[in-house]
Amino acid sequence: MITLAPDLETPTRGGFAENDLLEVAMGPHHPSTHGVFRMNVVLDGETVVKLTPVFGYLHRNHEKIAEKNSYLAAIPYTDRLDYICSMTNNWAYVLTVEKMTGLAVPERAEYIRVIVAEMTRLYNHACLAGFLLQDMGALGTPMMYAFREREKILDLFESLTGSRMMCNYLRFGGCRCDLPDGWLEQAIQLTANYAPFLEHFEAFLNENEILRARCEGVGVLPRELAINAGVTGPGLRASGVNYDLRKVDHYGIYNRFKFRVPLGQRGDVLDRYMMRILEMHESLAILGQALRDIPAGPVMDAKAKLRNLRPKAGEVYGRIESPKGELGFYLISDGGPAPYRFRVRPPSLVNLTVLEDMCLGHTLADAVIILGSVDIVLGEVDR
Amino acid sequence: MLGRGIIRGLIETGRNFCGSYYDPERLTTVQYPEQKIAPQENARTIPFLVYDGHDPLAGLRCTACTICEQECPPHCIHIVKDTAKKPDYLGKMQFHPKTFDIDIAVCMGCGICAEVCPFDSIKMDRVFELAGGHRALILHKELLAKSEEYYRQIHPIEAAVVDEARAEEQRKAEAKKAAAATPAPAAAPKPLAA
Repeated sequence: MITLAPDLETPTRGGFAENDLLEVAMGPHHPSTHGVFRMNVVLDGETVVKLTPVFGYLHRNHEKIAEKNSYLAAIPYTDRLDYICSMTNNWAYVLTVEKMTGLAVPERAEYIRVIVAEMTRLYNHACLAGFLLQDMGALGTPMMYAFREREKILDLFESLTGSRMMCNYLRFGGCRCDLPDGWLEQAIQLTANYAPFLEHFEAFLNENEILRARCEGVGVLPRELAINAGVTGPGLRASGVNYDLRKVDHYGIYNRFKFRVPLGQRGDVLDRYMMRILEMHESLAILGQALRDIPAGPVMDAKAKLRNLRPKAGEVYGRIESPKGELGFYLISDGGPAPYRFRVRPPSLVNLTVLEDMCLGHTLADAVIILGSVDIVLGEVDR
Repeated sequence: MLGRGIIRGLIETGRNFCGSYYDPERLTTVQYPEQKIAPQENARTIPFLVYDGHDPLAGLRCTACTICEQECPPHCIHIVKDTAKKPDYLGKMQFHPKTFDIDIAVCMGCGICAEVCPFDSIKMDRVFELAGGHRALILHKELLAKSEEYYRQIHPIEAAVVDEARAEEQRKAEAKKAAAATPAPAAAPKPLAA
């Protein structure tokens, strides 16, 4: 849909006048917007001079529904926040309730959580790299390579939880069920096969001149702005800020694993792309250690109960490093069977607030890949 | 050299393209209606009700306790309790559902009903080819009832655990009944409460 900006006069003849601005509404149905998301872009020629993100098309009332249901019944809804990474969403919510009730988690369950969360990070980042290349015009091929690997992880998730994407697996005080027979061997096999895939994927793309020409110096997010805007996740680290909640909070058992946090220097799209590739290497390192060290034992705390959870009155904020950034849940309990207030701090939404600052001065085609490099999922933005 | 990266990338693409002619491992697409992936033990789609014996409605394990109705996240289960009681597999008198409806358009297949059910009555099915000529979007108990053989067939490992637990309970109940039938010894430690 193309309309004239309202404050401008309609050009009399010969099309647009020299200095006229053009307002374009990209989306909500546009293949580059990763869901139902609209960017109202004001263009001077091809250059973006103003950009307003419009969201809310996928609002599903997640928070209010969770306030009406029991604590347990909110877990399947968290699957549908960031529908690509249901396991990390489960973890963030379950961690918050465990903080509230003081439930302990058995060793084995902690290891399982790390394993499934890092697998989620692997395929989220691979898919993001594929989507980003799709936005640049590499139609299909990189995305299909990424999806081929994602499918293997989803098969493992299905044999563990019964569902490929809507896992609904973690519970307060542990995990719903133990790993099926042979699952660990399959997981070890998968990580062993993932490393060569990553190597080929890097050979396929990293030095590609077109990719570099499109990404280098585009959509720079300055360090100060990233910090002030509350950006988290790979987007923040690409701007050179060393902030990874796995290192800062050591939630779960992350202090036991040896891994590095990759940092960018320029904060442009190329850095954000490379951040995903390097984080996949680190996730593989964590997976290797976790799959080696996982102990036997129960996966549920003996004191944990499934139903009729009534935490003491109080408020709690729990957060984890989801593949997209800091995913937090803020719960207020009044001692009843449902949370009095249930609030999600979605990383995608906060990361989206700096979109205009990154896009100004670039062309419309660059705005598409800048949005692609932010890594948003609209289920999480709109909730 | 300009273009070196592109050539390297194209070599990868070529490797993938040609490799699939020689290595069946690379053929990852499943040609769906002709080929099907072997179903998983844990796979879940929509719930169903387990019945014992041969009569689907008389043998329902469900006791209309409404725990699943309360816990269901999207509230898609509707139960009306029957007023009459019937003996269950342990010989205890239990209520039965007069109506047991699941709004299949609302159900999101999370499996929480199966998880909270204390009677092993509601379980997750793994059917996925649900399209058909009928317009049943609300499944009544007649459509939901499936035999325990079917349950054993789709979830063999889980069903073995459930069967074991139920057999154990049954043995205990029979032992109790037998103990109650024989006259109590004179020096019984505790008199039975009325």
